[in-house]
Formats: sequence, structure tokens, C-alpha cells
Amino acid sequence: MSTRARTSPVRTGLVHLALIGYTLIAVFPVFLTVINSFKDRNAIFRSPMQVPLPSTFSLVGYKTVLGQADFIHYFQNSFVVTIVSILAVLLFGAMAAFALSEYRFRGNALMGLYMAIGIMIPIRLGTVAILQGMVASGLVNTLTALILVYTAQGIPLAIFILSEFMRSVSDDLKNAGRIDGLSEYAIFFRLVLPLIRPAMATVAVFTMIPIWNDLWFPLILAPSEATKTVTLGSQIFIGQFVTNWNAVLAALSLAILPILVLYVIFARQLIRGITAGAVK
Amino acid sequence: MGSLQLKSIRKAFGDHEVLKGIDLEVKDGEFVIFVGPSGCGKSTLLRVIAGLEDATSGSLQIDGAEVINTPPAKRGIAMVFQSYALYPHLTVKDNMALGLKQAGTDKQEIETRVAKASSMLSLDPYLARRPAELSGGQRQRVAIGRAIVREPKLFLFDEPLSNLDAALRVQTRLEIAGLHRRLKATMIYVTHDQVEAMTLADKIVVLNAGRVEQIGSPMELYNRPANLFVAGFIGSPQMNFIEAGKLGDGTAKTVGIRPEHIALSRDSGEWKAKVIHVEHLGADTILYLETDVTGLLTVRLFGEHAYSPDDVVFATPDRASLHRFDAQEQAIL
Repeated sequence: MSTRARTSPVRTGLVHLALIGYTLIAVFPVFLTVINSFKDRNAIFRSPMQVPLPSTFSLVGYKTVLGQADFIHYFQNSFVVTIVSILAVLLFGAMAAFALSEYRFRGNALMGLYMAIGIMIPIRLGTVAILQGMVASGLVNTLTALILVYTAQGIPLAIFILSEFMRSVSDDLKNAGRIDGLSEYAIFFRLVLPLIRPAMATVAVFTMIPIWNDLWFPLILAPSEATKTVTLGSQIFIGQFVTNWNAVLAALSLAILPILVLYVIFARQLIRGITAGAVK
Repeated sequence: MGSLQLKSIRKAFGDHEVLKGIDLEVKDGEFVIFVGPSGCGKSTLLRVIAGLEDATSGSLQIDGAEVINTPPAKRGIAMVFQSYALYPHLTVKDNMALGLKQAGTDKQEIETRVAKASSMLSLDPYLARRPAELSGGQRQRVAIGRAIVREPKLFLFDEPLSNLDAALRVQTRLEIAGLHRRLKATMIYVTHDQVEAMTLADKIVVLNAGRVEQIGSPMELYNRPANLFVAGFIGSPQMNFIEAGKLGDGTAKTVGIRPEHIALSRDSGEWKAKVIHVEHLGADTILYLETDVTGLLTVRLFGEHAYSPDDVVFATPDRASLHRFDAQEQAIL
């Protein structure tokens, strides 16, 4: 029997109640999207809250979406953009964070502040300038354009979070590496990065979700058929006068899956801390 | 081989000068300990020797070769850190081997050296484990093993025992002393614990506020402290300092007497005193006395004694063991 000195059943109960309530609110739209994607058109409008019954069950939305061969291509685009952007954000963000946290140089604090400005000012304010730049460099309607923008968008937060974590990596450990003859790059890649893996996973999750869900930049920078992302691709089913709700809901349900898989992969890293026993 | 020569080493962080010109000579095979209060610059000095900090000016020679501009890995040193600083994602064996691998040492040679170090430190059963699976003492032995396999000219220890509990500290201290005898290597060791310094060192360097106060063997420092600081720092409980005028000594400013050099009697003696507090340690009895002449006085008696607070006693200093200091706090010999 466990003791009750620090936990009262009432307080624990209230905490759980609040958390469960929040979870329900957060999950409900997703739930609604998913159940309705499996219903026929009439059932969606007549009883939107009802789970699919044998009489109302229909895969017509999925057939429409998957029947459009382009949709696989859209997924591929989203994947390429998201994965490459995350990798770039993690690599460059971590390197900048390492430099800012490890080395003493003139203007260090100022540089850190400059990098952090990106967190406070939304990148979309610069859309016109970005578009002009992309046009000038001939990158419009390429995935490269999106990757560049998303990398820029993700790096400030990455630097902010990672430099805090890197400061917590023991100096002695890095110095031990220096005495053992590791180069600064080896210290970064072989000692520091493995130790801050949970932080890297956090940054990856925070970076990944807005990129995957973004509609703005694909619409402006890469609206061509060849470069459409899933979010933009789903828009073809939303017309000014007629909207194919079956297809829209099916497309959105499908779009949840890959991000869920990525999230699970990163979340595992979040939990698996191997820092224990590094020092002390 | 492993001799070390420092000439007017200075180190400043911005305007703050941490090392104010350190001169030091360490002979091959010596065990030298830097000791001093927190912030005296002893760790910084060690890191300058290791090459982890650049000296602002000065010269640093290892085996006669100038190394002030040489990176740490090329100086032929190995360092043991207070926090052990083991690579958490590598096994004990890989922790020890990493430096050699990095230097491109032959595989067979690495195996031999790691095997030798691990048997010396009885780490054989743990070679495949990660640091997280070891106890504090074992981790410190791995850190020492990592230093041994490099076969360095100089071993540097940065407060290696501070994170261990008291019992383990004594045991590891003995191991380090044994290691020094066996390897006959030059070792430089930083600590703030004067017991470690007294028990391990061939030569103690007492540092204070970025300067060397005195260099000497433990017994030299104990018997002939060069100044007031060293006299107060070495020895526990601390030396008693008495204004020389109160004792009728016209040439000195301060007179020092160690607590163990004062005899106590209930009947007669030089200074009449009242007992303020008594600490019974079994082997020793420490008494704190209040006398009219000297003020507060600490006395250390060997063995058990039945004094209690408010007793009236008489204290007599051993005249031959008095230390006299002038107005500049330097010892008068």
C-alpha cells in the first residue's frame, strides 16, 4: 500500500479530470474528421456526429483521393520538404548553438539575440520579399524554395532550445575529448550531439508540424502541379460552389498518418535519455 | 620522462587577473600538489598546463620543449577530472581506448595497454559496461585508467576525489599513491583538501590569489611556513595567531603556535584560561580556550581528556615551536 503524504486522491482526481477534458477537446476535431471520412456524403451532413454504420459506411472519399494519381506525388513532396528541412534545421541549428554556447567571442550575446529575433517576428511578414528573392533566383515552383524558407523558419527556435541544452553538457567532458585528441567537429558530433538527443527530438517535433501543415508558402512559392504539397493538394476538392467533403476529409485523414509516424519516432528519442551517468 | 617548467605564467579573463606570474619547476617523477582556497587559481593553472586555457603570457616547457602553443592532445599529458568526464555512450574499454585510437595507435598495442591498465585498476569485469552502470569509485578508476593508457609524460588530476564519499576517498587516495610509486610518473594534482595534499605530495605548491605563497615538502610547510597565509592554511585545526605585543615580543608583529604545541595543566602554566568548548574525537581532544593574554586559543591534546566547558586550566606553549611573523606577514627565521 502506497503512502498518501504527498498525493491526495481528490487533487489527483481533479488533475486527471482537467487533463482528460483537455484531451477530449483537442482530439475531438481529429476524431470528427476521421469518422466522417468513412461515411457517404448524405450521412456526413445528416448526422455528422455519428460513427460510420454499415448503412452509411463508404470509402468513396479515399477512392477519389487515391484515384487521383497526383496525390501520391503530393505526399512525396510534403515528405521531401519536411524531412530535408528538419535535417537542415537540426544540423545548422545545432552547429550554431554549439558555437554560441561553447566559444567566447566578441558579440556572442548579441549574435544569440539576433538569432532569437526570428522566434518573435513571423517569417510570413517577409513573404513579398521572399517571393521577389525566389523569383530573382529562379527558385519559384521548386521544392528547394520551400526547404530554404522552412529551414530559415525553424532555425531560431532550434538555436534557442539547443544552446540551452548544450550549456548543460559538462565542460569536463568536452575537455576530456580535447585531451584525447578529438577535433572540435568530433567533439560536436560524437560527444555533444548524442548527449542532447532528447532536445534534438523536441526541436524536430516543433519544427516538423508547422512545416507539414503549412499552406501559405506552398501556395505562394510552389503552387505548380509538380511541387504541390498535401495541404495544398487537398484544396482542389474545395471549390467556390461545390466542395467534395468526402475527398477533403479523406485527404486530411491520410495526411495525419505520416506525421504521426514521425512523431512516434521522435517521441521515443525524447524518452530515451542516455545522459545518466555522464558526470557525477 | 616528464619534467615541467613554468616561467612567469599569467592568465587574465578580461580585466581580472587570475594567475599573476607563476614560476615553478617540476622534476621527473615528482608528485606535485597545488593547494589553496577556492578561487586561488589552482584549477586555472592546471588547465593552462593541460592546454585547455591559453595563458596570457609566460613560458611552459614539458621535457624541455616549449608547448605554450601546442594543443592539449599533442602535449603528452593525460588528465583526470573531478566529474570523471567519461564518455557516457561508450563502454569502459572504448572510453580508455578512444585517445589512442584518435592518435592512430596500432590495434594490438591498444589492446595490450587497455588490458594492462584495467588489470592494474581491477576493472577487468567491467570492460563491457557503460559508465552509467558503474559506481562512483569505479568511474573514477576508469577515468584514471583512461589517463594511464596514454602513457603520458604528465598526469594531471583536477580534484579527483571531491565527488567520492569519505571512505572511498581514503581508499582511492591510497590507490593513487600506489599508482605513483609503480608508474614513477610525474603527477600534478589539484585539491583544496590539505589532508590529500599532505599525504600524497612530494612537493606542495600553496597558491593564494593567483600567486605562489610557498613551495616545499609537506613537512617543510608544516614546520617552516614562509608566511602567515601558509601557516594558517596548512595544519588542522588552524594555527593560533597572537599579537606579538601581548607576549612582550618587540621584533615580531604576530606569533603563531599550532594547537598541538600547547601543553595543558589544571594547576599551573603560563596562561590562565577558561574552557569554552571541547570536542572529543577519541584519538584527539580539541579544546577552545579563552585566555586573558591571547584571546581565543585552540589546543589539541592527544588521547582522551576529561575537560568540560567552564573548567579553569593553564596553557603553556612549546617555546621551540613558536612561529614569528613580521609586519609584512613574512616569517622571521
